[in-house]
Amino acid sequence: MSKKSPIIGILALQGDYQKHTQILDKINVSSVEVHRAEDFERIDRLIIPGGESTVMLKLMKRLGLEDAFTEFIKNKPVWGTCAGMVLLASQVNNHSQQTYDAIDIVVDRNGYGRQYFSSVEPSLFEMNGFCEKINLVFIRAPRVINVGKGVRTLISWNNDPVFLSQNNILVSSFHPELTGSSFLHDYFAHNFQSDAYK
Amino acid sequence: MSENKDLMTVKIGLAEMLRNGVIMDVTNAEQAKIAEDAGAVAVMALERVPSDIRAEGGVARMADPMIIEKIQKTVSIPVMAKVRIGHFAEAQLLEAMKVDFIDESEVLTPADYENHVDKFKFKIPFVCGCRNLSEALRRIGEGAAMIRTKGEAGTGDVSEAVRHLRLINRQMKELTVLSKDEIFVRAKELAAPLHLVQYIAEHGKLPVPNFAAGGIATPADASLCMQLGAESVFVGSGIFKSENPQLMAKAIVISVARFDDPKALVEVSRHLGAGMKGRSVASIDESDLLHTR
Repeated sequence: MSKKSPIIGILALQGDYQKHTQILDKINVSSVEVHRAEDFERIDRLIIPGGESTVMLKLMKRLGLEDAFTEFIKNKPVWGTCAGMVLLASQVNNHSQQTYDAIDIVVDRNGYGRQYFSSVEPSLFEMNGFCEKINLVFIRAPRVINVGKGVRTLISWNNDPVFLSQNNILVSSFHPELTGSSFLHDYFAHNFQSDAYK
Repeated sequence: MSENKDLMTVKIGLAEMLRNGVIMDVTNAEQAKIAEDAGAVAVMALERVPSDIRAEGGVARMADPMIIEKIQKTVSIPVMAKVRIGHFAEAQLLEAMKVDFIDESEVLTPADYENHVDKFKFKIPFVCGCRNLSEALRRIGEGAAMIRTKGEAGTGDVSEAVRHLRLINRQMKELTVLSKDEIFVRAKELAAPLHLVQYIAEHGKLPVPNFAAGGIATPADASLCMQLGAESVFVGSGIFKSENPQLMAKAIVISVARFDDPKALVEVSRHLGAGMKGRSVASIDESDLLHTR
């Protein structure tokens, strides 16, 4: 109990945000759904869930969350999963679409194809001597096609980086909330950028 | 076995991604673009919207592949399409076209009055309509990755969708208070797979997302369904049969994200123009009802 748990916000505009809440509940990490700009004041870290990035972009503007969001992602720990990765990337290559340029990667939306090509792929996550089996759930997943110098690749699959970080930003093209494993959520809540909270 | 499990994970997974998003019926690429720009989470490609099927009659079938392909080229969001109940060959065509989701729909003229499609055979996820828990669990038992209420499509009258939502929720609640040995008989009464009935008894909810559909025509209708426990909504004729489809589509997207905020709903409901004219379910002959299919 020496580790102080941060409060995790989950962007709740559209998508499977409840799935992230369920996993955080399982590992006793407090979370709140972020529906409004003022919700950002109550949280230490943010997860952007899977869903449709185009819908989240529109709702962010129409519901007035954009300024608070842009401010938050500047220096607080943020994890973008799937659609969340698309929002945080520096550029979307295959569609003309705004991004928030928080991590130096270029992505193709639905880079592996339509739903027919969605799949679950076994993989390993190695960090500080720990090794955990992770099932990578790809659903109409974005594909990282270019990685900047300051970006660290944490998991690759088939030579594609699928789990990456740069400073306060963590992104995954797969869905850790759909495997039933809480390992990566635990990592994000307690280990990722933990220096920032010492 | 593990391969089947993985396949269900990605099928239900896509359904989860669509939660809290609005799925809109479209009949051509222009409408699909309007829907995407308004913030639709997916579009449903079909040849005629339900209210036209109702008005014009005739046999309603899967849409022309040309229409579906044009829509696929126009938008980047998931594209769904409908097949007739039991018409697994139409479903095979849609899978060959790499449609993202298949709706085995009572809105089209049924192809098989006894059997539904074996949905486990497909890599593409299916959504099916239901009026009660019994239908919902049978469809999930056949491999559906998402359930929606049937409502009464093409009417603009939300009453059947409300009836179906309330009934399913009540039937699920009832299961959660039964003792274990009472579940067996209840499964028999529901004519539903035992393991799914046991799942509901334990969790109090369906193992797949549950959306509302059939007669949703205004932002307030969408809010009503969300407050009754729907995890999102399909809007059929309600958008492109309204006076101003762009505004109506945008308003319904906001109303799903802000379903519990009446002030936000007032904002988006102003200056919307007329909703679809519609007709009440009570005025329709029983033989013309779609939800009984």
